[in-house]
Amino acid sequence: MSRRPFTPKVVTANALLEGDAVWLTEDDRWTRDIAEAELIEDEAVADDRLLFAIAQPDVVVGAYLADAVLSQDGPAPAHFRETFRTRGPSNYAHGKQVGE
Amino acid sequence: MYQYNDFDKAFVRERVDQFRAQVERRIDGSLTEDEFKPLRLMNGLYLQLHAYMLRVAIPYGTLNSAQMRQLAMIGDRWDKGYGHFTTRQNIQFNWPKLKDVPDMLDALADVGMHAIQTSGNTIRNVTADHFAGAAADEIADPRPIAELLRQWSTDHPEFQFLPRKFKIAVTGSPNDRAVTKAHDIGLRMVRNDAGEPGFEVIVGGGLGRTPVIGKVIREFLPQADLLPYVEAIVSVYNLLGRRDNKYKARIKITVMENGLETYRDLVEKRFAELRPEFTGVDQEILAEIEAQFAPPAFRETQVDNFEAARLANPAFHAWTDTNLAQHRATGYAIVSISLKAHGATPGDATGDQMRVLADLAERYGHDELRISHEQNVILPHVHKSDLPAIYQILHNHGLATANIGQISDIIACPGMDYCALATARSIPIAQEIATRFDELKLENEIGDLKIKISGCINACGHHHVGHIGILGLDRAGVENYQITLGGDATETAAIGERAGPGFSADEIIPAIERLIHAYLDLRVSEEETFLAAYRRLGAEPFKAALYPDKEKANAA
Repeated sequence: MSRRPFTPKVVTANALLEGDAVWLTEDDRWTRDIAEAELIEDEAVADDRLLFAIAQPDVVVGAYLADAVLSQDGPAPAHFRETFRTRGPSNYAHGKQVGE
Repeated sequence: MYQYNDFDKAFVRERVDQFRAQVERRIDGSLTEDEFKPLRLMNGLYLQLHAYMLRVAIPYGTLNSAQMRQLAMIGDRWDKGYGHFTTRQNIQFNWPKLKDVPDMLDALADVGMHAIQTSGNTIRNVTADHFAGAAADEIADPRPIAELLRQWSTDHPEFQFLPRKFKIAVTGSPNDRAVTKAHDIGLRMVRNDAGEPGFEVIVGGGLGRTPVIGKVIREFLPQADLLPYVEAIVSVYNLLGRRDNKYKARIKITVMENGLETYRDLVEKRFAELRPEFTGVDQEILAEIEAQFAPPAFRETQVDNFEAARLANPAFHAWTDTNLAQHRATGYAIVSISLKAHGATPGDATGDQMRVLADLAERYGHDELRISHEQNVILPHVHKSDLPAIYQILHNHGLATANIGQISDIIACPGMDYCALATARSIPIAQEIATRFDELKLENEIGDLKIKISGCINACGHHHVGHIGILGLDRAGVENYQITLGGDATETAAIGERAGPGFSADEIIPAIERLIHAYLDLRVSEEETFLAAYRRLGAEPFKAALYPDKEKANAA
């Protein structure tokens, strides 16, 4: 059975205290700007980085790998759900779209 | 309405203290998320796309002004100045911080409210007809029973880990405004031939990925047997319900897989065991509760100014046409206040609006407010002579939208703007439909029409029972909207039929517009509602309007 080829990923989660979306950077920080995230292009590295994230239960909740693409600014979401997580809701100017 | 006794107060406060300690232990690392999650869910705390969300129970949708003001305060202090009223008569706060939640729960306890069992595989907030105690068509006020069920189910040791969540709805009217046929248990108050009060008990209804209209398991249950019988239903479900597959765990599947007859036999057997254990204490408590739901002292005054204002002010006239329902007391009306201003988020109210609603209830409405499952606010007892003044105040605060029961009075779940489970957004679709039909000035001409929108298959937006249902899905990484037709949430409940392939976000509003124009062309008179026309004609002419290209292809 052929496996689907690996597509680039970012590690993302929700912050424990604030609950908002955060992304893992190459230098092991959690950022609120996906453009600063580490874009992972190797499956073994992705698994390793996800384990690293899961091992921080006092900082983040529900870490997972999300598909991402490389944009001019850095990593960007590949799916609309992840795009919403970088912005906030569409009915009010709340959340990350207004720097909250 | 019901006031917490010392037991209730101590219990709720103790739960807040427990949760405060649990949050502290989570933050200091003593509890893992796996350990903490069931604890937070027991207290209504979810983690959503952008933030935590606290779901607060509004038992059977009933609030007083002090409680509404406290919700406003909570929204202002710990959220972003608003709250979202839900299809289960609850309120959700979309932006709390984890460390603030115990303080929010304490603030709720201050006014006799809580978030217990608003999540988890437990018996959830019991919902009821939002016109309870006021409706002209009512046999009896269902809220004392709903309160009895709340007390019985809260922290019930046998039912804290059911196979899946469990929802009960109660109505005291033959006209079902509580969607009883789409609940795990639906209770309809009826009288037997001897005139004694009791219930028609409906079981195994539900929406979600497998929509089912509930079935009558007992045609007449004497009122005194209610708790042991409901306990028997849940007890049988607790043992028989599937725990191997989340999607087959609701009681609707248990009833379908075992058959209603088998399920009924098991319930009757269990009921025979349980009935003797209920020695009448429940009926004594019910009598105490009933006393607290005594109707207010209705006054008898002229309504001349109401009639005069209707003649003088067309906007007020239009509002009274759509937003009032018949009250059981002469000279009174039930006022539905729309939280569906065109282009606004269905069910949202700002802190300021909540305070206005509280003030109105206190000044004109016997201190009572209701939240409807249709995400509006009700003043159940208003004398008609007060309506002109009330309307003016509502108008000044953006709350006088005259659209109850019309195309812009849309139920919409939070969808992917907030919800972690959603597969597409709901709110923008509701906003666009409302805005579009307001532009077209067609709402009054269209008349009664219920559009219900869910952002995923779990159907919190009740799309299956919308006259027009819209289900948002993710189709290959793009938001896609499926339409169902002919659903009905009332006593003539029906599950809508899927019309065909879904529409993109850009296509869905024009599709709804084609559908509505087809209805206007097809109806025999202005009195024939969309649902009636659909029932008369079947799906075909409506499908033809939704998919004109397909029609052309067939004709070619």
